[in-house]
Order: sequence, then C-alpha cells, then structure tokens
Amino acid sequence: MGDIRHEANAELPPLEVPDVMPPHAHGWWAKYVFSQDAKYIAVQYACTALAIGLVALVLSWLMRLQLGFPGVFDFITPEAYYQFITMHGMIMVIYLLTAIFLGGFGNYLIPLMVGARDMVFPFVNMLSYWIYLLAVLVLVASFFVPGGPTGAGWTLYPPQAILSGTPGGQQAGIVLMLVSLILFIIGFTMGGLNYVVTVLQARTRGMTMMRLPLTIWGIFTATVMALLAFPALFVACVMMLFDRLLGTSFFMPMLVEMGEKLSYGGGSPIAFQHLFWFFGHPEVYIVALPAFGIVSDLIAVHARKNIFGYRMMVWAIVIIGALSFVVWAHHMYVSGMHPWFGYFFATTTLIIAVPTAIKVYNWVLTLWRGDIHLTLPMLFALAFIVTFVNGGLTGLFLGNVVVDVPLSDTMFVVAHFHMVMGVAPIMVIFGAIYHWYPKITGRMLNEAMGQVHFWVTFLGAYAIFFPMHYVGLVGVPRRYYELGEPAFISTPVGGLNAFISVAALIVGAAQILFLFNLGWSLRHGRDAGSNPWRATSLEWQTPDTPPRHGNWGESLPLVYRWAYDYSVPGAAEDFIAQNDPVTPEPPGGRL
Amino acid sequence: MMIALVLALVVIASVAFHLLSPWWWTPIASNWDYIDNTLIITFWITGVVFAAVVLFMAYCVFRFRHQEGRKADFNPENKRLEIWLTVATALGVAAMLLPGLFVWKQFVTVPDTATEVEVVGQQWSWSFRLPGQDGRLGTSDPQWMNLDNPLGVNPHDPTGTDDVIVEGGELYLPVNRPVKMSLRSIDVLHNFYVPEFRAKMDMVPGMVTFFWFEPTRTGEFEVLCAELCGTGHGFMRGYVQVVEQEEYDEWLQEQLTFAEYANAVPVEDQPTRLAERY
Repeated sequence: MGDIRHEANAELPPLEVPDVMPPHAHGWWAKYVFSQDAKYIAVQYACTALAIGLVALVLSWLMRLQLGFPGVFDFITPEAYYQFITMHGMIMVIYLLTAIFLGGFGNYLIPLMVGARDMVFPFVNMLSYWIYLLAVLVLVASFFVPGGPTGAGWTLYPPQAILSGTPGGQQAGIVLMLVSLILFIIGFTMGGLNYVVTVLQARTRGMTMMRLPLTIWGIFTATVMALLAFPALFVACVMMLFDRLLGTSFFMPMLVEMGEKLSYGGGSPIAFQHLFWFFGHPEVYIVALPAFGIVSDLIAVHARKNIFGYRMMVWAIVIIGALSFVVWAHHMYVSGMHPWFGYFFATTTLIIAVPTAIKVYNWVLTLWRGDIHLTLPMLFALAFIVTFVNGGLTGLFLGNVVVDVPLSDTMFVVAHFHMVMGVAPIMVIFGAIYHWYPKITGRMLNEAMGQVHFWVTFLGAYAIFFPMHYVGLVGVPRRYYELGEPAFISTPVGGLNAFISVAALIVGAAQILFLFNLGWSLRHGRDAGSNPWRATSLEWQTPDTPPRHGNWGESLPLVYRWAYDYSVPGAAEDFIAQNDPVTPEPPGGRL
Repeated sequence: MMIALVLALVVIASVAFHLLSPWWWTPIASNWDYIDNTLIITFWITGVVFAAVVLFMAYCVFRFRHQEGRKADFNPENKRLEIWLTVATALGVAAMLLPGLFVWKQFVTVPDTATEVEVVGQQWSWSFRLPGQDGRLGTSDPQWMNLDNPLGVNPHDPTGTDDVIVEGGELYLPVNRPVKMSLRSIDVLHNFYVPEFRAKMDMVPGMVTFFWFEPTRTGEFEVLCAELCGTGHGFMRGYVQVVEQEEYDEWLQEQLTFAEYANAVPVEDQPTRLAERY
C-alpha cells in the first residue's frame, strides 16, 4: 500500500506546469457571464443542464399521461407523443446527463481535486460552455418551428427520421436536432480536451495518478471515452444531414414511400445504427463512470472509511471504459445484422459485467465495519447502489443475445435503461449536489426538504421502473402511442400503467421541490464552514469557501497521501487531509 | 435505521411482486421454449444476486450506522476476497452466457425442412408472399413496385409468377411445420413481432432479414410492429392464423398468385391500407 498511502518522506516531484495565477477578470460581465473560471463555467453548465432537464421532466409527464390514461388527453396526438419521447430521451442523455457530469462536476471538481488553479485552457473552456448553450437553444428552437421537433425516437434511425411519416422528418425538426448535436459535440470537445490535459498535466506536486480521488478517475476516463466516441455520432449526424438536405444516400436505400418512389439508392440504414451505437454504448459509460467515481467518494466520506480496493476500483474503471467500445452491437441483436455478430457481442457484453460487479462489491464492502453517517449524500449513494444493481442485472437479460430476442423493443428495455442509466446516475447527481453544494455556495442545503426529496425520489422511481419490467415481459412493445387490449395480454396492464403514471407525476413534483431548495438555501441555508463533511480531498482544504479565482491563495497545496485516509489507526481525528504532512504512527507499527 | 428497513422491504416487495403479480409472459406458441428457459435461469441467478447485495447492504447500514464513539475499520484491500469474488462472478456470468449462446446457434440455424414465407412491411401495413407450386420465391426489387405490383416482384423472373400474394390481410401458417420468415421493408425499418412466438427481427429496406420458428399450437396471433416506423407505428397490426394442414391448403388455394393478382383485382377492391385510412 506504500505507493498510494503514507509517503511523507518521499521527495515531492517538480511541477509539470509552472504555478501561474490565471489573470483575474475585470468587470461584471467578464467575471460572472463570460467567465473563464472553471467554477463559474461549472455552475453555468449545471444550471443550463437542469433548466433543459426540467423541459425533459415535463415531457415525461406528458408521455406518462398518454400511457397511463390513453384517450383522455386529446392534445396528445400520436405526432406529439413521438415528439415527447424523442425530445425527452435526447435531452436526458445528452443535454442533461452528459453535460452535468462532465461540464458541471468535471469543471468544478477537476481543478480543485487535483490541486490546480484552473483548467489549463480557460478561454477554450469558456467557449465550450457558450457553444453548449447554443446547442441547447437550437434544440429548444425546434419546439417552435412549423411541424415541431423531430419525433424519430432518440435513436434517430433512418430512413424514417428524415421521411414524412415521422414528425419533423420533412420539416425543420430533424435538421435542428442534427445541427444541435453537432454543436454539442464541438462544444464538448473543447471542454473535454481541457479536462484530460488538466488531469494529466496540472496536478499539484505529490498528486500522483494513483492518489487521485475516484471521482477524478471516473470523470477523466469518461472524458477520454467521450472524445473517442462522440466523433462517431458527429459523422453520423453530418451524413444524415446531407441525406436530408442535399439528397445524398449514405443511409438511404432505394425505397418507396406511401406509393411514391424516392430518388435515394444504395445507402445502408444499418450503417447508421453501427455509428450511432459506437457512440451510444460508450455514452452509457460516459454517464456511468463519473457516477461510479463520485459515488465511491460519497460512500467513503460518509462512512468514514477508505474505499475498499482502491487500485481494483481504478482498474475496473479503465477496463470498463475500454470494453465499452467493443459491445455496441448488443443494441442491434434484432437489427438484421449478420447473426454471427451475436456470439461476439453477447460475450463481450457479459464480460463487462465482471468489472462492474467488482465495483458494486467494493462499494458495499466499504460500508462493512464503517461508521455510516446517514446524511443525504449517503442516502442517495445507497439508493444508487440499489437501482444500479437492479438495472445492471437486467442488463444480463438483454446482453445475452437470445434472451434479448423476446424482450428487445419492449417496455422491459425501457425499464432497464431508465433504471441503470437514468435513475441510478441521477441519484448520484443528487447525492453529489447535496455533498458539494456547501463548497460551491458556502451554505448547506435544507435538510427537511432534502429528506422529502430523497424518499419520494428513491421509492417513487423504483415504483415506476420496477413494475415496468413486467409490462415488457408481458410483451408490451415500447414506443406505442396506444396498445389497446391485444389478445396476448391475459391480465390487462392498464391499471399498472396508470399506477406508474401517477408515481411519475409525484416523483416529478419532488424534483421541483429540489430545484426550489437549491434557490432557497442560497440565502437561508445553514452556514457550511470550509469542510462540513470532514473530508480528506483537496477541494475541502481551500483557503476560502467558496473558493476564489485561482483556488489556492498564495501557494498550491502539496499532497502527501491518497484521498482515503479515514479512521486511520493512531490518528487524532477520523480523517487526514491529503495535504496534511503528518503521518500517524499506528499502534501496531507501520502498515 | 429507517433506510436499512426500507432496503430490506425493497427486496421483499420486489420478490413478492415477481412471484405473486399476475403479469407474466403470454403462453408460448412456438418451439422457442429454450429461450424461456434461459430467461428463467437468468431470473434466478440475478434475483439471488440482487437480494444478496441489497440485504447485505441493509445489514451493514443497520449494524454499522453512526453511534457515539463508533470508529470505522481501516482496511484498504483484501486480495483474496477480491479474487474470490471475481471468480465467483465470472462463473455466474458464464452459467448464463453458455446456454444463451447454445440457443442462439439454434435460433440462427434454419432447418432445411423450413418453408419460406416472405413478410413485407410498409407504413403502416403488412403484406405476405408465399412460394407457389415450384416451392420458391421469385426475386424482388423496389424498382418493380407499382400499384399492380405492390411488393416489387420481378416480372421477368419465371419463379415469381406462381408466388402467392397476400396484401394487407392475414397470414395462415400450418401448425408444427418449421417456417423461415424472410423479412423485407419497402420504406422504413419495421419489426415483425408476435409475442407468442418469442422471435422477432427488424425489417430493413434494401436487404432481406430472417428468423425461423415452428408454430406449436393453432390459434389467432396478433402481429405488432416492434421498430419505430413513424406516426402510425402503434397501429401497424396484423394477424397470423396457425391452422391444421388441411385448412392451410384450402386457404392457400383461395389466394391469388402474382400472375393473377395484377389482372384480377380492380384497384377499388384492394384492401385499404392503414396509411390511407389513418
């Protein structure tokens, strides 16, 4: 363990990037709006993501109204329904989850946790946010153009995505969607380069890679993956845009639409699916790995115990990241691709379950003989484990090629991916906001509102998505505006669907309480002090709370230990900060 | 405290829902009970793991919750435990994967005895084509499509003239005879899905996809489109009638061949498509 823990006597290595205070901004606009401070950019990213996330929340309400009470709401036409599901999915996956984990938490935490003054390229970092905002605005604009936004499903499969049988297919909807995605990827690439270079080059002295908190490992690996995966989506979007606007045939074979022969020919719809999922599957882990990292730290801090098996945890993150690039076609078992692909992708997909399971074991084993403080971040971390284990295990159904055949394209899939990459990462986002809000604002979030928010969200989300698996098992296909009562259903699912819809309305309302809490506590929250959780990692050791521009005052912190020295035998307190040079002599000699 | 109890209750409620709720798959009507069996194995393995992990967590939260004077252990790693858990997980995964791959081989290997049936999807209706006397389907291509030739059968291919065309109606299949479903689409992606048959496959314009199965009981089964295909996706339904051989032969006799089709059916009598009704 010597290489990651006690190393007080080792020489501190020289700085790789000289300690230069980034130039302070002058004037209100440069300081608060066009800010180049990663902390402001982080808050801008997070607020924008939460705002557009609220739109996605309302859309989910509307689609649940239709599914729970079909025929009651006249304004929900089939067109509108498909627009709701499409925009809900795309907003949640890209514009909320990806943006808040990498743009939000990445920006805030990377410089502070690695002991840097800021991101390495602050100006590019600022541009990243403004291009992201532009992408969001283009997306929002599609609600207001004739024909409305695209209703092609968030997977945007051609040919239907750009034909007239799909809402927005022959209007502006799909064009704005594709343009918005292209902008998002450009903006993300600027931010992503920053995160990677900052982690690799701007760590303070003593902060070796194997001393990084797992939060940083998760965000760092996810960013590397995103930089490799998003180009596939970029290419797919550009080509589809050409097919739609210029009449090229990258993804369009010869086809007859509503009795009329179109001028396309020779393209391959399956090629789009491969490109989309070459991005789309790593995307699952682009969202999951930061959540894995963050939740590891939440559990360690609030259980007052080192994370169990740190090195295994790091390697599991890296291995999952690498493997996630060779599993994409498990989304395509019934796409009509060559059936032999099934053997390969089923095998790689189930292999990825092993490092993922190791992470779960290590989180739970960290709780073993801990000193578990049931704070809000800890509660959300526990909720994450439950929902993630549940959603991960149903992945073993869908990944195992032949079991996927009856289940694919049913509500089982919807339940699975919402549990594993919707509910579970969002639990981490909430836990993380309750955890770091005190550092960002200097105040604690209101505990009573937080408790209500937690219980309604955790139990409500479970009540939504657990029974939904069985709706799919019955055979109900996904993306159905209205199923009716087909003969294959012996026990009608209508009552269950209504129950799920009511639960969704309640869970949604709890999120509005959460957003209210974010604003209310800004003024009325309890004063947090600089380190309310008594945590070891560097962001809690800043001279000011909230940290000022440049983060560290006169001189950078020096790092002497890993981020998990909790409850070290012989130590005066139950935590030793990473920049604390004093190593206690344990009663039984050195470990 | 509360959370430990709730975690345990989540496990109990989930298991109870699984065992007691009336929502379960529809009775199977094909040879793919292997798929159902693999699914049951997976339910058992994953169910045990879920219960074990969450109950262990509930115990930890209850037993090691913060109390005055409590101090956590310091325990960075445990190589043996980590290796043991890794190996056990790998074995569990293999126990699910191996039967899965074995059944997949059967799923993608069409028996020689299977008769071929073509399904053609379009927004938003189903059509079918069955081989005629010669037992073979003629070639097809979108370039041949017109009102008299809605499936694009190649008029210059002699093997196609006796093909039986069923437009917008129901498909009859004889019970206990393996059938290869050749799937085509003339516009966008569709997916031929009959819940009782357990099998499904996308239909992709520009290529022919397939799956095979053997109907094992007679009856009427609803066909649903399972790949988003535009606004009418949820309304794209059809029926498969699985019948005894004699009834099937009678039905087949009544259908029109490709050669008859173009001449025999006045346009106004052709079945209306959902696309027009919709």
